[in-house]
Amino acid sequence: MSSVFTSSIGKKLVMGISGLFLMMFMVVHLTVNSLLLVPDGGDTFNAAAHFMATNPIIRIIEPILAIGFVIHIIWALVLTLENRKARGSDRYASGNKSTGVSWASKNMFVLGLTILAFLVLHLAHFWVKMRLTGDDLLEHVTVNIAGVDTLVENSYALVNATFGYLWIVIVYIVAGVGLAIHLTHGFWSAFQSVGLSNNIWRKRFTVIGNIFAWLVGLGFSAIALLQYLFYQI
Amino acid sequence: MEKFLNITLKVWKQNGPREKGRFETYKLSNISVDSSFLEMMDILNEQLINEGKEPVAFDHDCREGICGMCSLYINGRPHGPDDDITTCQLHMRKFKDGETITIEPWRSAGFPVIKDLIVDRSSFDKIIMAGGYVSVNTGGVPDANAIPIPKDHADESMDAASCIGCGACVAACKNGSAMLFVSAKVSQLALLPQGKVEAARRAKAMVARMDELGFGNCTNTGACEVECPKGISISNIARLNREYLKAKIKD
Repeated sequence: MSSVFTSSIGKKLVMGISGLFLMMFMVVHLTVNSLLLVPDGGDTFNAAAHFMATNPIIRIIEPILAIGFVIHIIWALVLTLENRKARGSDRYASGNKSTGVSWASKNMFVLGLTILAFLVLHLAHFWVKMRLTGDDLLEHVTVNIAGVDTLVENSYALVNATFGYLWIVIVYIVAGVGLAIHLTHGFWSAFQSVGLSNNIWRKRFTVIGNIFAWLVGLGFSAIALLQYLFYQI
Repeated sequence: MEKFLNITLKVWKQNGPREKGRFETYKLSNISVDSSFLEMMDILNEQLINEGKEPVAFDHDCREGICGMCSLYINGRPHGPDDDITTCQLHMRKFKDGETITIEPWRSAGFPVIKDLIVDRSSFDKIIMAGGYVSVNTGGVPDANAIPIPKDHADESMDAASCIGCGACVAACKNGSAMLFVSAKVSQLALLPQGKVEAARRAKAMVARMDELGFGNCTNTGACEVECPKGISISNIARLNREYLKAKIKD
């Protein structure tokens, strides 16, 4: 058991499992984000954000999520470096003309870097302000949660103001598309790496993965764009 | 359709494993479209010998697509511009008159060049030696129906067994990974009752050897499956992952 994580298959297992874990996070994140589109001045979103900020389970999962990201990124770096070495120093002069190999599968690291660059910006926009430095826009508002008037941070105002900048919205759209392409390979590949695939299920995972990837990727993009277009005061 | 081709060849020449290689350009005329690629290479070498030059070294043996000896990375693809065939089954009718054909050896850290287009594929033998066999006393021939084997298992096992170990999977892989080869060799035995007995030990030993020999990590691009002359499926890789992880969890 000791050598499993240092073996090639073990390293891919780590990538697969951490990837699936991050995908689950994406679903939760997108679900909460979709509340940004409820046209009630952000009350529903603020209530959800309050719930996420105060729920002890979320508090426990947050550092685990951070570890998940770190592991996925470090292992990706290690695997990429090892694979470059295994390829050898001589490249093919006649290039690579194999057909039927998805572009995403060959560019997972570059796509990952794009997502990482976005993640840094994204954390600076929201996480840092909400959790560390605070922001004037976050001033408390009263929201009626299940019949009880509760004082919560006005997260909606911060999100709404951030998505008032066109360049930020464009960055979010690009990152959403990058994420979608990353996941078109990542989804089925994760199942392949943990050994849960065969000729029938590979096709199913690929189809489900493509739908999932574009739903998640374009979902994030669309919410940012709709906020910019229709929700600015 | 023209019956004869005039072609230019850009061939990798390398004197030895530690020498620096380079491309040499050769011109060939009146090559019949009916000749095979390796026959064209023979014509080239005959021409070179007649000119008093050193011929191009390349691997070949059975020339009927079953031994796995021929290699060659031709115009950007292992085994050249045709699907599900080895280089020896490639014909000159796949090329156009006046075309420049680039011929390179397999390139991977696991397959160092020995000379010109010949690479050292003995690492595949080392992986097989680590566990790609069934160690039983065979005794007499048993009745054919004594051990029932489901048809789909037998079929999948035979499909995996069609791997000829040519190394095109490694040559095509951007990661220099040997997973398709190893997964085929593990699968062909793991699917049958006779091989299942040692499945766990085999998967562990062969993967360990593969990693040790400097092959890369599989990232599921599927290039190996596309370029495999025998059409070995990457579902074998999922099976290898499964067999290996199962074996490791049991430890």
